[in-house]
Order: sequence, then C-alpha cells, then structure tokens
Amino acid sequence: METMMGLINLGHEHHFFHELTYFRNGATIPFAGKYRLIDFPLSNMRNSDVEEIAIFVPNKYRSLMDHLGSGGDWGVGRRHGGLFILPPDWNDPSDISKGDLRFFHNNRDYFERGKSSYVLVSGSQFITNTDYHDAFIAHLQSGADVTLITTNIEELNKEHDSRFRIEADADGWVKDLTNDKQNSKLFTGVYIINKALLLELTDQCIAHHKDHFFVHGIKDNLQDLKVKTFENKGYGAFVDSIESFYRHNLNLLQADNYRALFYKKPFIRTKIGNEPPAKYRQHAQVKKSIVANGCVIEGNVEGSVLFRGVSVTEGATVKDSIIMQRCTIDSGVHLENVILDKDVHVTANQQLIGSKEKPYVIAKNRVL
Amino acid sequence: MVKNCVGMLLAGGEGKRLGALTKNLAKPAVPFGGKYRIIDFTLSNCVNSGMQHVGVMTQYSPLELNRHIGNGEAWDLNRMDGAMTVLSPYTERNGGDWYNGTADAIYQNTHFIDEHDPEYVLVISGDHIYQMDYGQLLEQHKRTGADATISVMPVAWEEASRFGILHTLDNGRIYEFAEKPEHPKSNLASMGIYMFTWKVLKSYLQQDANNEYSSHDFGKDIIPAMLGDECHMYAYQFTGYWKDVGTVQSYWEANMDLLDEDLQLSLNNKNRRVYSNESNIPPEYIDETAEVTYSLINSGCWICGKVDSSVLFENVKIGKGSKVCRSILHPGVTVGENVTLERVIVKENTEIPAGTHISISADEEPLVIDQHSLEHIEATLEKDEEELYS
Repeated sequence: METMMGLINLGHEHHFFHELTYFRNGATIPFAGKYRLIDFPLSNMRNSDVEEIAIFVPNKYRSLMDHLGSGGDWGVGRRHGGLFILPPDWNDPSDISKGDLRFFHNNRDYFERGKSSYVLVSGSQFITNTDYHDAFIAHLQSGADVTLITTNIEELNKEHDSRFRIEADADGWVKDLTNDKQNSKLFTGVYIINKALLLELTDQCIAHHKDHFFVHGIKDNLQDLKVKTFENKGYGAFVDSIESFYRHNLNLLQADNYRALFYKKPFIRTKIGNEPPAKYRQHAQVKKSIVANGCVIEGNVEGSVLFRGVSVTEGATVKDSIIMQRCTIDSGVHLENVILDKDVHVTANQQLIGSKEKPYVIAKNRVL
Repeated sequence: MVKNCVGMLLAGGEGKRLGALTKNLAKPAVPFGGKYRIIDFTLSNCVNSGMQHVGVMTQYSPLELNRHIGNGEAWDLNRMDGAMTVLSPYTERNGGDWYNGTADAIYQNTHFIDEHDPEYVLVISGDHIYQMDYGQLLEQHKRTGADATISVMPVAWEEASRFGILHTLDNGRIYEFAEKPEHPKSNLASMGIYMFTWKVLKSYLQQDANNEYSSHDFGKDIIPAMLGDECHMYAYQFTGYWKDVGTVQSYWEANMDLLDEDLQLSLNNKNRRVYSNESNIPPEYIDETAEVTYSLINSGCWICGKVDSSVLFENVKIGKGSKVCRSILHPGVTVGENVTLERVIVKENTEIPAGTHISISADEEPLVIDQHSLEHIEATLEKDEEELYS
C-alpha cells in the first residue's frame, strides 16, 4: 500500500503578526482557546495516516519544540519514525543552497530514509479539519507529479491577496498559478508530490541558485510537470496577520463554524494540559464565547475567546476579545476588540478599546 | 521527598453504598469534580508528596480504572526512578485468591513491598477526596518512633458511627480504637490513611493471615491487634478538607463543595495540582442563550440553556430552554431542550429527551439516573399523566 510522509515547511510563510511573534514562531501562535496554528496541519497529517512528519523551522523554535515535545499528544510519538523537528543548524562551507532549499538540501536523509514514495507538504497558516485520503487516492489515480489542494473562498479580502490563485482546465490540470484578485480558487499551501521528483527538483533548483522550492521548483516548471488540483471542502481559513487572526478566532463563535472545525471527527489535537474545569462563579455572565479549562470567571464575558487559566474578576467586562493563557483581568476593567497575549495582567478600572479592523494588541507578560 | 516508603493504594472497593454509580465500575474510577475520577486525588497526593513507589491494588470491575490510570503517565508516575505498579489478585502454583479484606490485599503483595526494601509503608485508599502531604505524616511517624500512625479528623457526631473512632492521650498516643461503634465516645475519626513501620506491620500481617477467624481488615483486625500488644501508635491530626465519598449523598456534597469559593480543597492550587488523564477535546462553547453561574464546566461542553450550581463533565450538551440546577452530569450526557433537572446525578452518555422534568427535593438523596432508569422514570411520568386525564 502506498503511503505519504509529511513535511511542514515553515520556511517561507507570510508573517504580519507583529507583537504576537516577538517571542514565538508564527506556527505556535495560540488559536481558538487551546490550540496553536501548527496543531491543524499536524493533526490533518496524522489523520491522513502520515506517520513520519518533519518540520522545517527557520527561527524562534523554542516555543515550537516546547509545544510539540515528542509528538505523543498528536499520535506521532514513535520509537521509529514519528516527528522530526529540524531547525537550521548546518555549517557546510561548500553548501551553495539558498532559502528553504537549504532545508531540503541539509535534510535529504529524512526523505531518503523515509518509507513512503510520496510526500504531503503543508505550511501552518491554512486552518481546516480534514484528512487527505481522498486527495492521495486522486493523486495516485491521475498519475500526476504534484497535486495541489485548493479551497474556494466565497468572500475574498485582504488576507487572500498574497495567496496563489489556480487556473486549471476542466479536468483539473493546472495551467497557471497567478495573483488574479478576482479568482476565488486559492492554493492552500498543501500539496502532494512524488518523493523522487521532490529530490530531483531540489537538485535542479540548487544548481540554478534558486531560493524557493515551491515557486522555483514547481510553479516555474508548470509546463513540464503534470500538476493536478484537488478541492478541500468544508471550513477553511487563512491566518497570517493580526487582522485575520482576530477575525477567524471570532468567526468561530458562529456555532456552525466551531462545530465544523472542532466537533467533526477526526478531532484536531493539541498539547495536553492539566487544568481543572472552568469555574463560573456566582455573578458570572458569559454569552457566545469559547472558554478553555482553568478559567475562573465572575465578570461579564461576551463574544470572546478565553484561553486556559484566564481569570476575569467581578465587575470586569470582556467583549469581542481574545484573551490568551493565564491573563488576569481585575475588577472594573473594560476590554473591547482587544487581543491580550499570554500572562498579561490588566489592573483595576482600565479601559482598552480597539476596533474590529484594528484590534488593540498587548504583547506577552505585560502588567498594565 | 518521601524516601524509604512504599505507598499501597487500595483501589479494589466495590462501593456498594454508591448504588448505581458503581454498577460495572470500581469506586475509585467514579467520575468526580468535572474531569477527575475519585482515585486522582490520592494518586496526585502521592506525586505531590514525592512518593517514589506506589502499588495500586485493583479488584472489583477494574476495566475503566485500569484504562484510566494506564501506565501512570498522567501523574508522572512512569519514571525510571519511581513508578506505579498495578497489583491485581493472581494465582500461583500453590493457589491464590481474591483479596479478602484490606489487610489481606497488602499481605498478598508482601513480595512487592520487600522488593523495594522500605522502612515504612503508607496504606491509603482510592475513595477519599482530600489533598495531603504524606511527607508530614511520615515526619511525625519518624519523630514519635511509632509503629503505626493513623491520620485522623474530627467528624460530625451524628456521622461518627460510620468511621473507626480513636481515643488518644494528650501527646497523641492512641489508647483505644473502635471500628464503627454504635455509641461513639469520641468524634475523632480514622481517615483510613495509615503509616506503618514495615517490619512491624509485616509480622502482624503474617499473624493475621494465619488467623482463620480474622476478617483481614485493618480497622477490624490489624489495628486492634496492634493496640492489644501496646504497640506505639499515634494519631496524626489532619486539618484540611477531607471527605469520604462512600454514599450518593456524600458524593453529591463533595462535588458541590468544589463550587465553594473559600474551600481549602482547591483544584486551582498551582502548588498542589490534581492530575488526571486528560483527553484532547475543544474548549466549551457557551451560546448566546446560555446562563452559567456557580458551576464547573469541562471542555467539550456545548451550553445553550441555564446551568446553576452544577458540575458538568466533558462533552455535555445542554439544549435551549433547559435548566440544570444542583446536579452532576457525567461525560457525554445530552440534555434536550426545555428539560429541568434538579439534584440529580446523570451517568455517562445518557440522553435526556426534550421536555423531561426531574426534580429531587432537598430532603431526599440525590437521584442517580442512567439510560435504563430514565426509561423507567419516563414510564411512571407518562402513567401519572394518564391517570390525571382519565
């Protein structure tokens, strides 16, 4: 039986996260109460029966390694195979590769030793709950060299500008990858590629001093390669900026979206914590919100996402906001359209109000 | 760090007085406090006290219990230099038996204790809710040079006859012990937590095993025998929260106690965590139509109705227009729309159909409901209505 090995390539991701990535890698930005962005590609790969997964991570990888550990919580903590976090640490003076090709070049072993003949490649910024079994079957049946996973976005806006649009013929063979703003058929950054081809393109790109595996290896060779599309149906969102981060967290407060992303089996997995159930005190008022374990609430919370261990004191109001792990909000505080990163303490009687388009962001560990 | 001491955790109890809650389920595995099981409190105490070796003796319907404790990883009890071992009853060439009483269970595992060659043995059980540092108990045991130290707490006089009652001298030395006395002369109750000097205990266990008239129980046989021989036995005064969740009423009360603001027992205490085997499920969703006050709600819940003074385990769904009050809902319970529940305990995965009303008054014992008993309740409800309209 044919199988896929996995690669999560964080080499060329778009980052407009500002304060949220001061101390962490973009892939470990907290999302939806207890998750991090990396949980989505990792769970989707595991749910596609991918048993070996490598992660190319260019910088700030402490948070990533801390979060993932040995991969046991995602079911990829194996004695053989399993999870490989591959930071950039190489000192080969004869190495002429550039960009993310340095990762491919320096981690050839991972691909060569892997048992699979196919590789499922993903970034960390496309949020969905799916498995790629059908896409893999389609890839094998079509005889394609590469299968690009696409998504159809009904409402195009700024966060989609930087994404590739796909032009394909009636049978789904890709003719072009463009930046045509009217085209709503977007490339998700997820694709399936034949392993031998991946290694061949790597050599070719390095020989020609290229620095971007997907752009130079695949996009620039579209005429010579058989590239097919496969559409990912269901909930899907791109998160690559403060604005899209904020909007997509709050979008999950629409019950249908939350159900589609988290209550559909197979579940998205994350690092297991050990927090008690959320405690709602006598005067708590909570409406339309997502609340993680370890929270203690006695104030008002509305339209918000509360991560683990958040405390909202009596007389405080949290509205349309995202409050990350272990924040403390004292009494008389009013928060609206705010993002508090981890461990922020807002002391009594303060008002912080941002706008829907520009939420007010407070970096980690601050006392206000 | 509690060195030279092996913990022996009695987790085989059937828990008859918990009625329907322990049908096919060992008492230590009964869900408690929104995400825990009763045994989590004792196991967490072991870890938080730095115990290195813990033997868990299982017996009655152990499937759920074994699955829950697994290899002890959730409690960090799967380390190289310290570990948890599940000790189930077994047979060998010259026979073998079920554990016939608490003392017999320890006796049958003498070889396990000897393997670690400890000076002391801590005997605890998996059916009490409390947070204790066993290190302090051991400190006192060493200081007094005792053969046995029994952890005690004053209980309400009217409850005293449910417990083993101790009489002590001013220096804490025990001079009299009565197991479940009809007319207690003191309200100082044994918590069923014993620290023994292993050499002494071992000889008493051997004597007891050879005594065919013995019921092989610590409270009934071992402690009285040791007292009879004037062993050095001291009481250890515990001042924190402790509850024996042996009855449906006390189980319900202990759950409600967790909602209290100023309770000494705190799940949120970062220095003394209660660990549990956690599942990987999404945070709870609180709908626009929900009202949640004075409650514990675990991950995976989806709340559209009103919840007050209640404990909800993972994946509980509450439909619109429903009211859940002073109740405990175990994992996976689904409550339809316009349901009223008051003072009930609903067992795992029970589906309560829309429009159901079950309300138990404050002077009755809370009602335990499962899918089977629900059908029965419904049938009687319908019959009542029929009678009403006929």
